[in-house]
Amino acid sequence: MKLLFEKDVPGSNAFRFPMDDLPPATENIPHDQLRSTPVDLPELSEVEAVRHFVELSHRAFGVDDGTYALGSCTMKYSPKVNQWAAQLPGFADIHPNCVQPGADHLMCELQEMLADLTGMDAFTLQPAAGAHGELTGMMIIHAYLRDQGQNDRKVVLIPDSAHGTNPASAVMAGFTVRVVKSGPDGLVDLDDLAAKCGPDVAGLMLTNPNTLGLFEKNILEISRLVHDCGGLLYYDGANLNAIVGVARPGDMGFDVVHVNLHKTFSTPHGGGGPGAGPVGVKEFLRPYLPYPTIRRGEDGQIVFDADEEKSIGKVKSFFGNFGVCLKAYAYIKSVGYEGLKNAAQLAVLNANYLRCRLSEYFDIPFNTLCKHEFVASNLRQAPSGVRTLDIAKRLIDFKYHPPTIYFPMIVHEAMMFEPTETESKSRLDALAEAMKQIAREAETTPELVQGAPHNTVIGRPDETKAARNPVLSYKKPAQ
Amino acid sequence: MKYTPHSQGEIEAMLQTIGLESLDQLFDDIPREILDQCRLPDRPGMTEPRLRAHLRELAGENLSADDAPCFLGGGCSDAFIPAAVGELLAREEFYTAYTPYQPELSQGILQSIFEYQTYICRLTGLDIANASLYDGGSALASACAIAAEGTKKKTILLPETVHPDYAQIVKTYASSGIMNVQTVPAKNGATDPDALTAALSDQVAAVVIPQPNYFGCLEPAAEMIAAVRQNSAALVIMQVDPVSLALLKSPGEYGADIAVGDAQPLGSPMSYGGPHVGFMAVTQKLMRKIPGRLIGETTDADGNRAFVLTLQAREQHIRREKANSNICSNEALNALAASIYLTVVGPVGFRQAAERSHRLALYAREQFELRGMPLLYNRPFFREFVVGSDTPEEWIEATIDLWHKRYTGEDEALNAKKITFPDTTGGIPVEGGVLLAFTEKRTPEEIDQLVDVMDDAREAIQ
Repeated sequence: MKLLFEKDVPGSNAFRFPMDDLPPATENIPHDQLRSTPVDLPELSEVEAVRHFVELSHRAFGVDDGTYALGSCTMKYSPKVNQWAAQLPGFADIHPNCVQPGADHLMCELQEMLADLTGMDAFTLQPAAGAHGELTGMMIIHAYLRDQGQNDRKVVLIPDSAHGTNPASAVMAGFTVRVVKSGPDGLVDLDDLAAKCGPDVAGLMLTNPNTLGLFEKNILEISRLVHDCGGLLYYDGANLNAIVGVARPGDMGFDVVHVNLHKTFSTPHGGGGPGAGPVGVKEFLRPYLPYPTIRRGEDGQIVFDADEEKSIGKVKSFFGNFGVCLKAYAYIKSVGYEGLKNAAQLAVLNANYLRCRLSEYFDIPFNTLCKHEFVASNLRQAPSGVRTLDIAKRLIDFKYHPPTIYFPMIVHEAMMFEPTETESKSRLDALAEAMKQIAREAETTPELVQGAPHNTVIGRPDETKAARNPVLSYKKPAQ
Repeated sequence: MKYTPHSQGEIEAMLQTIGLESLDQLFDDIPREILDQCRLPDRPGMTEPRLRAHLRELAGENLSADDAPCFLGGGCSDAFIPAAVGELLAREEFYTAYTPYQPELSQGILQSIFEYQTYICRLTGLDIANASLYDGGSALASACAIAAEGTKKKTILLPETVHPDYAQIVKTYASSGIMNVQTVPAKNGATDPDALTAALSDQVAAVVIPQPNYFGCLEPAAEMIAAVRQNSAALVIMQVDPVSLALLKSPGEYGADIAVGDAQPLGSPMSYGGPHVGFMAVTQKLMRKIPGRLIGETTDADGNRAFVLTLQAREQHIRREKANSNICSNEALNALAASIYLTVVGPVGFRQAAERSHRLALYAREQFELRGMPLLYNRPFFREFVVGSDTPEEWIEATIDLWHKRYTGEDEALNAKKITFPDTTGGIPVEGGVLLAFTEKRTPEEIDQLVDVMDDAREAIQ
C-alpha cells in the first residue's frame, strides 16, 4: 500500500485554525532564525487521511482480533472501561504544573495497591516502561551502595535466561555483568551462583517465574546467597502475572522490584508503548527513589516530597505515564485483589493446559508444572527441515499471533507461549488443533510450512536487505 | 467484575487434562512459607457502573483545560487535537497490538512508524529518526549518552536555560559515570556564548542547545554552534519544540548532529504529564548510534514493499550488555498520534498552529507591556515568555484568586474545586517571574482577561 507521502494532493487539505481574531502583530524573530522553506508535509483531505490510517489498522493484529500467545508479553484483554476513563477531560486534559487532587489520590492509591501486591514498602510511578523501571531500580541500588561506601561492588549477576533488557539496564546504571548459568532443570544453578557471589557483587537481577515459565523454587536459598555476600536482589516484574495475589517478591527477599503495568495490570501495549514500569523498594531504599515521591500524610492528605539529597533524581518529566497508571488503577479496582489472584490462577491453568495439549506433537524441553508460560521447540519437526520460524509463520495463516520465538536463548529454536488468563478453553483447544495440523504438515508437506505465511498482505520480508541497505524514511523519487 | 472467560466446568476439565485436582496445586512449586506470607487486605472488586462513578468523581476533582483557559506550558502543552486523531487512535488494531515482531501480521504498525520517522526527519531536517523514546527529557539524556559513547569523551555542556526536569534527568543518567554534566551559565535569559566558548575543550562530548529554552527565549543557536565547531569536536544536540519547527530554522539547517524533543503537542493530550513521546533524529553518520527501534523498508520474495524492524544488532534483545540502550517498549501509540495529527492538520494547519501561538504570545507581550508589566528577558520568543516579578508565587496565587472571583465564582462546581487548589490560569513560577504559555487554543479575549487579572493581582499584593 502507498505511504501517506505518496498520497499528497496539493490543495486537498482543508483543515484550518481560526486566524481572523488575531490582532496584527510584528514579528519578533530575527530573519536568520526562521525556516528558509516550509516543512514539507503531504496534503491529504480529512477523508483520505482517515482512510489511510484505517487501512493501516486493517494490516495490524491486536488482542481483540484473536489469541496472542506472545510469551513474556502478557497479551491479555484490556478492559474497555479503562479506555473510557482515560478519555475523561478530568484525566486527559490536566496539566502537571497544577495540583490535581483526584489524580494525586489515584496515583497514591495505586502505589499503595502495588505495595500490597508486591510486598514492598514504597513505590515510584515515574518509569515509563519495564526497561526504564529496571534502569531506575539499578540506579537506586547504585546510589545506595555508593552511599554505604561500597564503591567496589560493580558486578550484577544475571541468569543466562534473563531478558536482554536486564544486562543492558545494569550497564546503563554503571555496573558490569556476570552471567549465572541455568542448571539442567532450567533454574538458576545454585553452585554456579555461589561461586559467582563475592565482595564485588552489587546484586542479582532475577525474573521469577523465569523466562522458561518455571518458578525459581530455590528463591529463598538464592536470596540468602546474594544477601550474605552483601548484594541486593532485584525483581524483574515481567512475569508477575503468574503469581500476583498468590505470592509476593517482597516475601521472597527482593529489595527492589519493577512491575509492568502493560502486562500484569492489563493496560494495552499500544503497538510498542506507552507502558509504565513503576518501581517498588523496601523501606531502607525509600530515600533513593526518584523525586517527587507521593505519599499519604498522617491526616490522609496527599504529600509530595522532593528530598533531593539521597534521591537518584529524575528519570522522566513530571509523574510518569499517568494515563497508563490510571488504566492499571481502574483494572485493579475493577477486579479487586481476589480477582487478581483468580487471574493469576487461570493464567497458569491456561499455560499448563496448552503445554499438555502441545506436548503430544511438540518437544517441550522442560515439560513440568509451569507458571504463566512455557517453552516448546521444533526438535520433533527439525528432521523434515522445519524450523521454529516456519512454525510461527504458518500459525499466522490460522489467524493467530505467533509465540515469542528464539527466546530464551538457552533453548535451541525456542517457541515461548503465554496464553494469559483471558483465553477461553475453546480458544486454547482451537490453537492446539492448529498446532497439531502444523505438526502434521511438517511431516507430510514441509514446504507448505516453510513457505508460510500464505494469507498475509506480504510474504516473508527480506530482512538482510533492510539491514544492509537501510531505508529508514521516505524520500521522494527524483523527478 | 472479572475479565476471564472460563466456566467452572471448563476449569475442572482443564485441571483434569493437566492431572491436577485444584487450582491451588498449580502453585505447588512455590515454597509454602512464601505462599503463607501473602495475606492481602480485603479489597473487593467493583461493578462497571460503580467503577465509572468512582472514576468520574476522581476526574471531577481535577481542573482540566476544559474548565479554565490554560496558560501553563513548561514542557506540557495544552494543544488542540482534531477529532479524527482520537477516533483513529481508538482502533483496537493499533492500541492492543504489541511491538511489531511479526512483520507479515504487523505491516500497518510498521508502516505507521516508518511514516512517523519520515515526519520527524522532515521536521528536524536530519537524516535518521527512531521509532520514539519515552519523553523529551529522557530523549535528551539518551542523546547525551550516545554522544559520550560515540565520541569517547565525557563532558556534556548543558545550558542553565534547559528545562529543569530535563537537566535533572540528564544528571540522573550521568550517575553511572558515562558522562559528566557541566552547566553553562546564561545571560539575560539565554546561553552566554562567551561562557560557552570558555567551557569548550577537547574533553567535551556534546553541547546541548534548547530552542526555544525553558524561559521561552530563542538561544543564539548559530553563534553557539559556530563556537562549538571552532573550539571542539563536540556534537551539537538541539532540543526543540516540534511545533516551533513550522516557523523556526530546523536543527538540520543549523547543522546540528542530533535533535530531540517531545512530540506531545502533536496529538497527545497533556494527561498530567504522560504518556508523552520523545523523539530523536540524527545525521547519517550517527545511524548506528541511535537508540531504540528503527523501521526500515525492504521487499518480500515477490517484490512487494515491506517494512521491518531493522538494524537490531544495536539493541538489547540481541546485544544484551553491549547494547547501546536498554529501551524496549517506547511510545508507539503517541508517535502514531503525532503522525495522524500532522496528516490531519496538513502543511497549512501546522503552520497556522505555530503562527497563531506565536502571534498570541506577541499580543500578550504587548498587553502586558502596555500595563507596565514588562517581560523579564528582552529576547525573541516563540510562544512562551516570563513576565518579571520578584514574588512570582504570591503573584500567581493572587491571580488565581482574582480570576476565580471574576470568571468562575458563579460556577458552583468549579467553586468547590477552587477552595483546595490553584488553577491553570496562573502560570509557572520561575526565578524572577512567571512563565506563561500561549497555545493555538487561546484567544485574544482570554489573554485580555489574564492581563487584566494579573495587573490587578499585582496591585493587590503590593
